[in-house]
Amino acid sequence: MSASIALAGVKKAFGPKVVLDGVDLAVAAGESVVVIGGSGSGKSVLLKCVLGILAHDAGSIRIDGIDMDAADAAERTRQRQRIGMLFQGGALFDSLPVWRNITFALTRGKARNTKAMHARAVDLLAKVGLEPRVADLRPSELSGGMQKRVALARAIAAEPEIIFFDEPTTGLDPIRAAAINSLIRGLVTDLGVTAVTITHDMASVRAIADRVAMLKDGRIIWSGPVASLDSSGNDDVDRFVHGRAESQSVGTTPISSQ
Amino acid sequence: MNPLVRLLAPAGAATLAMLASIGRLAIFASRALMAAVRPPYYGSRLIEQMLVMGWFSLPVVGLTALFTGAALAQQIFVGGSRFNAESTVPAVTVIAMVRELGPVLGGLMVAGRVSSAMAAELGTMRVTEQIDALTTLRTDPYRYLIAPRLVAATLVLPVLVLVANVIGVLGGYAIGTERLGFNTASYLATTRQYLEWDDVFSSLVKAAVFGFILALMGCYHGFRSSGCAAGVGRATTNAVVSAFVLILLANLIITVVVFGT
Repeated sequence: MSASIALAGVKKAFGPKVVLDGVDLAVAAGESVVVIGGSGSGKSVLLKCVLGILAHDAGSIRIDGIDMDAADAAERTRQRQRIGMLFQGGALFDSLPVWRNITFALTRGKARNTKAMHARAVDLLAKVGLEPRVADLRPSELSGGMQKRVALARAIAAEPEIIFFDEPTTGLDPIRAAAINSLIRGLVTDLGVTAVTITHDMASVRAIADRVAMLKDGRIIWSGPVASLDSSGNDDVDRFVHGRAESQSVGTTPISSQ
Repeated sequence: MNPLVRLLAPAGAATLAMLASIGRLAIFASRALMAAVRPPYYGSRLIEQMLVMGWFSLPVVGLTALFTGAALAQQIFVGGSRFNAESTVPAVTVIAMVRELGPVLGGLMVAGRVSSAMAAELGTMRVTEQIDALTTLRTDPYRYLIAPRLVAATLVLPVLVLVANVIGVLGGYAIGTERLGFNTASYLATTRQYLEWDDVFSSLVKAAVFGFILALMGCYHGFRSSGCAAGVGRATTNAVVSAFVLILLANLIITVVVFGT
């Protein structure tokens, strides 16, 4: 039930600012790829280009071999409906209770099958470690971490074949973060979902990823299995993995040598 | 650079920017209209928006019409007395209210209340990625967010303006009979005598056009909002200002077309 994604030479600029400068990335069906990179390196823009929320300037994006630029509007919509997305800030609809947020993709925003949808939402809430009473609350009544978990429940409700996770564990305590990592890993391993995750949390990277790709200066500068992350041989990857600033090594040398 | 070119360049850039804005607005409006006529329809969203725009705008529209109708009757009486035309108060009040003041003031009051609210709500949804989230949840934002608002405003404003017209005429009637010495029966008879169906029809057409404009401006500026709180604030201001200007322009065009001959 899973699908593959292939990006070739994808470019995107906002005015004079080039954000993506020829991104090549292939994600096999049923694979979990984590994209790492500094803040503002264009990771979220990359996901939004695949989703069609942003139009890319050049290059090609293929889902299961179908070129999204060459496909007609109906085909593009059909392909993109196979993708679920967890947004960084949750992006829950303020005007709807939690249970209607979660079941939104199933009902397309309409109030139908109310009882069944409420029960489905409660099941999904349990999967992300939330109590049934949360179903009837409004997003504004939830903490940031709870909102993130509700958003995760919403992203997986329609059982998409591809799921994008934008910072899935940000704002969660380590125990909850581990539970979410385990849930994402389970979706890939047990259900064969194709997952692309953006995160700065290295514990998440190691728990979720089959493969890791690093985005810098608008390009994928390194890609490899998660097991080779610590022996990548790439300075940028090493700095990112070990949390060392680029200027730090330059700056400490003269001080220590003085 | 040639001094003449340097002088004209800002004007050229401003013209290009304006044309680009008109193009963006036209594309947005056509996508919204296509979304309004093609299924799936969101009936409950439409009813919800009609309630928000119609029912909750009644107090402000009613009070505006009441005070304007009363003040208008008083002014017509004072002005008319300069050339012995005090008796025209009922006729001029009803014609002015129904043809002009009812739809224009109703449109402006609702624009102030509704366009700003739409821009703020959609702008907040934009900057918090809720509109992007709709796309990923198999829902067209134009169908779910924009079409119900456009249709609701276009349907609701004629009803509001009809109510405003009646209340405005009643305001004139109250001043006319209580302060200016008009006979109750003759005031009403004169009002009925001078009010024509064309006046009512043009009033309702104006109201529908104004409703469409105020919703379009609220949705367009909110939907295109960017940045954070400041961006939403700008969108809200732009929505109200552009709705006001376009309503007054549309009023002029309709008035010239309908009553120009």
